[in-house]
Amino acid sequence: MKPDLELYDYWPYEGRPKITWPNGAKVAFWVAPNIEFYELDPPVNPTRKAWPRPSPDVLMAASRDYGNRAGHRRVMDVMDKYNVRGSVSLNIGLIDHHPELIEEAKERDWEFFSHGIYNTRYSYEMDESQERAILEDSLESVMKATGQKLAGYLAPALTHTERTIDLLAEYGFLYSCDLFQDDMPQPINVKSGRLISMPYSLEINDIIVYNAYLGTPRRYGQMIKDQFDQLLIEGADCGTVMCIPLHAYAVGHPHRIKGFEDALEYITGHAKEDVWVATGREIAEYYYENYYDACAADIAARKGG
Amino acid sequence: MTLDKDYLEYPNRHLGMDHDLYDFSMLDRRPNVTWPNGAKLALWISYSLEYFPLDQPSKPFKAPGGMVTPYPDLRHYTTRDYGNRVGIQRIWNVLNKHGIKASAAVNSKIAERYPYLINKINERGDEIIGHGVDMGKVHYGGMDDAEEQALIKESLDVLRKASGQPVTGWWSPGKSESWNTGKHLTANGVDYSCDWGNDDMPYQMNEAAGNIWAMPHGDEIWDRTIIMDKKHSEEEFVEEVEDAFTVLYGETDQYGGRVLSIVLTPYIMGQHYRVKYLDKVLGWIMGHEGVWSANGSEILSAFKEQA
Repeated sequence: MKPDLELYDYWPYEGRPKITWPNGAKVAFWVAPNIEFYELDPPVNPTRKAWPRPSPDVLMAASRDYGNRAGHRRVMDVMDKYNVRGSVSLNIGLIDHHPELIEEAKERDWEFFSHGIYNTRYSYEMDESQERAILEDSLESVMKATGQKLAGYLAPALTHTERTIDLLAEYGFLYSCDLFQDDMPQPINVKSGRLISMPYSLEINDIIVYNAYLGTPRRYGQMIKDQFDQLLIEGADCGTVMCIPLHAYAVGHPHRIKGFEDALEYITGHAKEDVWVATGREIAEYYYENYYDACAADIAARKGG
Repeated sequence: MTLDKDYLEYPNRHLGMDHDLYDFSMLDRRPNVTWPNGAKLALWISYSLEYFPLDQPSKPFKAPGGMVTPYPDLRHYTTRDYGNRVGIQRIWNVLNKHGIKASAAVNSKIAERYPYLINKINERGDEIIGHGVDMGKVHYGGMDDAEEQALIKESLDVLRKASGQPVTGWWSPGKSESWNTGKHLTANGVDYSCDWGNDDMPYQMNEAAGNIWAMPHGDEIWDRTIIMDKKHSEEEFVEEVEDAFTVLYGETDQYGGRVLSIVLTPYIMGQHYRVKYLDKVLGWIMGHEGVWSANGSEILSAFKEQA
């Protein structure tokens, strides 16, 4: 173990090169539905148990499956209503299990990014060849099913190794959702190629709000609106990025969907000069095109204060 | 430490589920159903009457609501018992006021210890569903098969004899099952299970699960989840139930009949300061046109006629 993987440099929030998103927008906004597959009887990773109870953990597994069977429809309908394309955080195995969901997302021109093979297979303790196999499987499976070359990554169940981030750059990924140090993208220090960290969220993430903050469905909606308001103010000085990560098994329940709908209505009700509704890939590509070099230079110039 | 090579083998990576207990099916792609008298929404209230033994074992895990302190945990033992004496009467009073039927999930130990409750359930006309023997006897993967069969048989035999009811529904203590629970339940005359909270409508499981029907009895609109686990207030409970109702009721125009399952725990919702909120939200729901108050068997029976 090391005290710091030195994946990125400290970079004060104030005084960065000014980012302006398309149409002069101040906030680049994206929604990342996690479409996940949890195995009922997964193999054991010695570092993390998949389920608290002996297999079959009916209570937990059924609650996850609810998202694909029932909750997904509500989430997608709300996103359709407000013309928001999703950037799917996809457990790649789901392509084989539930192609119906993949087809629906394809029809809507949603982006897919890799969220590992299953949310019940963790990267902890993997050797390099195993971790490469996850990435190669992801790239190949998504290309075959959707014609998209993967641009983004969020490690399965947020389980990492010391080499995860370097491997992403080596395989040509554009962005990682695994780092939470900022509300703007940041060039990452990788051994080869380029990579940026893309703001995702472990704050207005539905799972965190409901299960860690024990927030009500309405509070969840209010938190999202409040975050947007703040990032809109700050985005006038330097463009910010806001992501709503969600899970149909959580927000897709009948008592919860309204909070999400209220928030989406509020954000998409803003002018295009305020908010750019985009996908993860679109934000990353725009950033590489226009701001990567300036930001990398600023970070280098300000290193150590 | 490294992982076994087979950690990245996926023998069950194929179309559909990774097991054979049930098939995958998206809710919005199924045929619409209609409820009796053209009702839009079936309101399914269920409540549990549970016996938590003071010497509740902690292996393989304790069912939620179980003993917490070192033995003897009189504090939790008696607060759970409060539900079986005081709390349930308050809930019954509210259900009576609004003309609401319910399903009563009963540990068979309750029938043996408190026959009064069985008589009252029968008087109200509520359906009794099996809820295991007591909260110290959970079903779980890897348990001895003969032991599980004996638990199921004991629970059903006692409840049927005490109530005279057929007892065709089942809710395992802690919503926990072994790989064989479904098969053993249907072999003992059970028609539906409340353990699988993965859908908003009934569906029939496969032979590997005894072809049992899974009822939409989730763990979300449940006083235990919202009030005890999520720590939401009583007013927030009302708001969440109303929001759930509004969404499901609204979906009926497009998708046909829906089920709103509300799960109640007498020692939680039957508290003096809480029960008026139950009264409020059930009154609000019953004030809508097209709400059909029904128990689990009635909902399943109406569903099966169209399946």
